[in-house]
Amino acid sequence: MYAIECLDVQKQFRPEGDHPWRRRKEKVTALAGISFTVEEGECFGILGPNGSGKSTLIRLISTLLVPDAGVVRVFGHDVTKAPHEVRRLIHRVSVEASFFKKLSAQENLDYASGLYGLDRMAARQRAQEILLRLGLPKDKIRAPLEEMSRGQQQKVAIARALLTSPTLLLLDEPTTGLDPRSRRDVQEFIEEIRATDRTTIILSTHDMQEAQRLCDRVAIIRGGQFIALDTPTNLAARYGGGNGLEAAFLALSGEDLSLEEELEA
Amino acid sequence: MITLRTERRAAAAVIYRNFSLIRRYLGWELVFAFYNAVNALTIGLIGLTQPGPGQGMRVLYLSIGALLWNFLSVLFFEVSNSVMWERWEGTIEYSFMAPIRRVTYLFGVCAYAIVYGLVRTLIVLVAIALFFHLPLAQADLPGALLVLAASSVPFIGLGLFGAIMPMLSAERGAQATQVIQGVILLVSGIYYPISVLPHWLQAVSWLSPATYTLNAVRDAALRGAGVASLLPTVLGLLAAGALLVPAGLYAFSIAERYALRAGKLKRNG
Repeated sequence: MYAIECLDVQKQFRPEGDHPWRRRKEKVTALAGISFTVEEGECFGILGPNGSGKSTLIRLISTLLVPDAGVVRVFGHDVTKAPHEVRRLIHRVSVEASFFKKLSAQENLDYASGLYGLDRMAARQRAQEILLRLGLPKDKIRAPLEEMSRGQQQKVAIARALLTSPTLLLLDEPTTGLDPRSRRDVQEFIEEIRATDRTTIILSTHDMQEAQRLCDRVAIIRGGQFIALDTPTNLAARYGGGNGLEAAFLALSGEDLSLEEELEA
Repeated sequence: MITLRTERRAAAAVIYRNFSLIRRYLGWELVFAFYNAVNALTIGLIGLTQPGPGQGMRVLYLSIGALLWNFLSVLFFEVSNSVMWERWEGTIEYSFMAPIRRVTYLFGVCAYAIVYGLVRTLIVLVAIALFFHLPLAQADLPGALLVLAASSVPFIGLGLFGAIMPMLSAERGAQATQVIQGVILLVSGIYYPISVLPHWLQAVSWLSPATYTLNAVRDAALRGAGVASLLPTVLGLLAAGALLVPAGLYAFSIAERYALRAGKLKRNG
């Protein structure tokens, strides 16, 4: 059984400000028929510029969107027909690290662990271990999230996801905008959980080195379609003339992701 | 058994989260409580503007309105506000991604709203009791409390409808819930008998559970109506709740399905 199975997945959105009583604007295509599978324990990377459909794909797998057409299965469960079963297996870290900003990391994590029915004291212990491992100072755990840097908030977001020991971890640009030290901490931790827990990981990123370092296979997405899918080494060799994944990406998409990320940061 | 424990912990987590937020916004909470209390007192003072006998009863009439509106509006607002808050913070995707039934999440939201509404109303009650010498000798307090308890059920149902709008649009949803609250305030006879309303509006007032609640509580407090005579109203309120709560849950589930189709839950990205 595949960890993830996507068959001809399509998704369109109505643009913001589109109202039935006005002339309808054209729908925006976010995903234009994507098919792929991910093996259990694999780290699968999705590389693409902004607006290419990375987050939409991750939201569909997370049961936070319903596809217009096609099928998404997580460990055999259809995300549309059996979202509850899928939710037991997954967790997601998104780029914006959404929290109740006035609450402390501990209060936010208490809430998150409660939602998953975890024992509060055991969850606190585990959260503390993860946060310390990620390099978050101990005194920060009781500080309001609004007093933390973006990197620190993202570490709390990762702890929130890992508290529930997900079988499938969906990481939507988890290191975008982080300083190099925080980025390295997060990447090392992802490697560690892969080695110890055999967690299946979907990682969307702008960072070529991150994809090269962490992913078994990488899909390059553009305009809602996968334009290439292979191991980082094979992609670099086939499309990048042996000059690495970035050269392959540039050749395939004609866009420089490092510039985009700098702009976002 | 495990599922039941999971759902119980999840509902408790929602209550815990909301009370933690109160702690962090304690300064604002104190300001709100102070304003509510002063507002109720100023409304009660209107009863003293007309001299002659019956002043005490007029103050009591207005104070009941202020107290009940305080409770019911907090109840309605907090149920819809919980979803609104999640939209503002962007946490709604995480709450809705948790493997719990939506009814569990909403149960936690409603349970918190009831407890919080009672605490806020108690503060106002203490202020009124200290400020006015209310004529309560004839009042049937158990009857009034029974009506109050029964009225929370249909108001939770209304709150669930109110929570739909912020789920679909954080800002416009917040505006819409304020409008609904305003309409209920206008038509339910909070500070005046509904007979003073224009005829067409009187018809609307009979659709509001608050109208029946206020009439019954005033019957109990001003005229000493006992539990037995209030029972038809209590049963009516419970019946309205039995209709409005499942209808609110159903409407919420339909709205959630729409939000998942249209991508309305995301903050950005």
